[in-house]
Amino acid sequence: MGKRSKVIEKDAVVIRFSGDSGDGMQLTGTLFSNTSALFGHDISTFPDYPAEIRAPQGTVGGVSGFQVHIGHKLINTPGDFTDILVAMNPAAIRANVRWLKKGSTIIYDSDNFTEKSIQRAGYKADPFAEDKLDSMNLIAAPITTLVKEALKDMDLDPKTVLRTKNMFALGLIYWLFDSRLKYTEEFIEEKFGKKPLVAEANNKVLRAGYYYGETIEALTPSYRVNRAPIKKGTYRNINGNQATAWGVLAAAEKAGLKLFIGSYPITPATGILEELALRKDMGVKSLQAEDEIAGICTSIGASFAGRMAVTSTSGPGLALKSEALNLAVMTELPLLVIDVQRGGPSTGLPTKTEQADLWQALYGRNGESPIPVIAASTPSDCFRFGFEAAKIAIEHMTPVILLTDGYLANGSEPWRIPSTKDLPSITVPYAVRSDKEFLAYERDPKTLVRKWAIPGTPGLEHRVGGLEKTIKGSVSYIPENHEYMVKTREEKVERIVNELPNLEVLGKKTGDLLVIGWGSTYGHITSAVTELQKEGYAVSAAIFNYIRPLPKNTAKVFAGFDKLLVCELNTGQFANYLRIKHQKYTYNQYNKVQGLPFTITEIKDHCVKLLKGKKNG
Amino acid sequence: MAETNNNKYAAKDFKSDQEVRWCPGCGDHAILAALQKTLAELDIPKEKYVFVSGIGCSSRLPYYMNTYGFHGIHGRAAAIATGIKIANPDLMVWEMTGDGDALAIGGNHYIHAIRRNIDIKIVLFNNEIYGLTKGQYSPTSKKGLITKTSPYGTIEEPFKVGELTIGANGRFFARTVDYNLQLSSEVYKEAAKFHGTAVVEVVQNCVIFNDGTHDAFTSKENRDENTIILRHGEKMIFGKNRDKGIILKDLKLKVVKIGEDGITEKDILTHDAHEPNPGIHYRLAGMSLPEYPVALGVIRAISTKTYDAAMMEQHERVQARSKIRTVDELLKSGATWEVK
Repeated sequence: MGKRSKVIEKDAVVIRFSGDSGDGMQLTGTLFSNTSALFGHDISTFPDYPAEIRAPQGTVGGVSGFQVHIGHKLINTPGDFTDILVAMNPAAIRANVRWLKKGSTIIYDSDNFTEKSIQRAGYKADPFAEDKLDSMNLIAAPITTLVKEALKDMDLDPKTVLRTKNMFALGLIYWLFDSRLKYTEEFIEEKFGKKPLVAEANNKVLRAGYYYGETIEALTPSYRVNRAPIKKGTYRNINGNQATAWGVLAAAEKAGLKLFIGSYPITPATGILEELALRKDMGVKSLQAEDEIAGICTSIGASFAGRMAVTSTSGPGLALKSEALNLAVMTELPLLVIDVQRGGPSTGLPTKTEQADLWQALYGRNGESPIPVIAASTPSDCFRFGFEAAKIAIEHMTPVILLTDGYLANGSEPWRIPSTKDLPSITVPYAVRSDKEFLAYERDPKTLVRKWAIPGTPGLEHRVGGLEKTIKGSVSYIPENHEYMVKTREEKVERIVNELPNLEVLGKKTGDLLVIGWGSTYGHITSAVTELQKEGYAVSAAIFNYIRPLPKNTAKVFAGFDKLLVCELNTGQFANYLRIKHQKYTYNQYNKVQGLPFTITEIKDHCVKLLKGKKNG
Repeated sequence: MAETNNNKYAAKDFKSDQEVRWCPGCGDHAILAALQKTLAELDIPKEKYVFVSGIGCSSRLPYYMNTYGFHGIHGRAAAIATGIKIANPDLMVWEMTGDGDALAIGGNHYIHAIRRNIDIKIVLFNNEIYGLTKGQYSPTSKKGLITKTSPYGTIEEPFKVGELTIGANGRFFARTVDYNLQLSSEVYKEAAKFHGTAVVEVVQNCVIFNDGTHDAFTSKENRDENTIILRHGEKMIFGKNRDKGIILKDLKLKVVKIGEDGITEKDILTHDAHEPNPGIHYRLAGMSLPEYPVALGVIRAISTKTYDAAMMEQHERVQARSKIRTVDELLKSGATWEVK
């Protein structure tokens, strides 16, 4: 379309859409991300929104943001700092000022910068002067006026008119990136199919935004990000919750089992229940339970009755489920518990991310309670670990806790769609009727796994429950039997290690520093370490996905480095776990508990400090 | 699940090899015997039964049944039973619970199982006391009861099981007495045949911690005058001489004597357990001494669609519409793009 006066070619650009929680910023960000992905960019997204659906208008607390990082290289994080900020009001400036790169572009709705809204955001008179943003590339767009103008000939109420403002901002950004409008136009047609007038208004405003960019081009640099060199295949965008749900579905299918989910809505895990509730076409039975406890208890019941059972939750819900988790430990039934972690304790920061449920997952129950714990690293690998966690649950007849978090759950990235024929097989340890009496707790001598006898099968009638049992399944208070069973359950979980892959090292196997992480810090840690390696530091990274049991080669990996640094979004839970499990090493810590992911910069800075600037040789 | 009594099973086929550990004289022994007798008379394969329980004296029962059994955790039997029934609707799921297990710690699951009308049979042993923890008051203990945790008497109003059940939109509610094997067997059979959540309250005596709490209507000398057995289609008549009945007057139930004040048998109410309006059932379930006799038998039995059946129907509807059957089809659904 328009000729561009000044085109900036970049490897990667970070854009943040920010406005009131009712301004439609999450949708705007999602549509932009999808369009970018379809164009062949690699992307990583980070929605950041308040818990209140409609927090007080115009306040910093009510700001809802969606950050997307697009690039022609592989993108591992949503980016530390933004190149472009779309701010629908002064509060959006205030909330994001610390994340702006020098020389960023700020596009803002100048109609919304009234004296009242400026003061409500906590400024005196001039946000840009007060936050020293004068040197930024400021683009004042009277979005409200322009939207009203664009729609003046349509018979629409003022509320509907103002609701299209986000499409104006989106159109403007599309112009900036020379993107096509087709995907978004199709989306609008579909979303408002039943309201053709609203669909027309949104598309009109989208184009108005685009043309506005063209008209004022003299003021604007345009960005061009080339396509990323991506492996051949069929791709789609996927977020962590969807990937988790689908991974579990894939495991059930592979095992020849039908899936059951019993869950209670809780931020940020609800997406998993919603996703699986859709899949009645695949025979998934879903129950929105009356509470968290019923979520897990119905799942345990379904597991006893022969389904692959899953329950999804977040930290407070995991706390409520802890007694029932032990019932699954005691009855040795397959069960997957997904904890999408959020900021705690108590209600904490429901919409923010944190890794502080690790100890709860490992230790938060009464008695000796061994449960495998697994953590996913990226939105798309939630599919792999959802699958793996379910596989372990089924093959080892045990509850498994899968840890993801708000950052993974809501973040999305392009994903090369796998074929299920390439996924590992899953063997269900069914009990079969024989001449011998069925003993509920008789075990495979190698794995210590008991057999799964499904109700409805003649001849395998048996009783299980939370009381300590003998091998036969009879209640027993015999002291030696209890100790034997406690140790056997423990040993059963430890032996899972024989089937786990080794811990991988990013970089050389020896060096000055090994940066250790687990789960969702993968993107930030590996990006930081890759940059440090390029800068000449002898640094490697190792990110754990298998927490209990730890991979076999863990100590061997640690031994190759002078210093170990454990980075995690809590006050040191994994570091302390490692201190118990591998006592001979000294663990440095880098922790952050702000409800936010790490930035690449802060990890790098901390590593350099720890190395005292020492480079290779 | 029709009852044909082809003598495929005897009561002993439902006895497990576990030693029964209830106190001698406990009402639970009779409940177990009545259940084993009833199951032997039903034409349902043994492997289809799952007995589920929570925690408490009542909840030990699954160990003594030679069927599939699940001894759960305190209060959660209804949730576990719900999961079992949804996972495999072919199973015949019985929940064994008590007044503390179902109505205190498990109150939430209890009302929601009933509201959903999941096809499970709930046998609620009501002894108005916590037995396994050795004598504390329960949500059904009579107001003023002195127990270890209410040394000066409780100040709480008790739940009536029937009122709570019907208030939670219960479709089936029956009451029986532990020692009355015949009546118990009769209502268990009705419950087994019923499609939906069926609650049977068993008035049960705890010989150790609350002995005789139900004597006012269960003892030999009191039971004829102070209980009424309700059967669908029959007149609400009771008393040793079958000379007392129940009528509805001024919107209230009233006990009358046949032959007095011009009352004849024709004036007495006929029990309609199938009446959808819960008003009369609520009142019958709530009848208590000294004004009324305690109602026994099937008080309410309204057939509506069960949760598990509704779920199956919904699955069929969605499956007829959707083309997605496998994970590969799912992964490729929606917006995708090719990288060449």
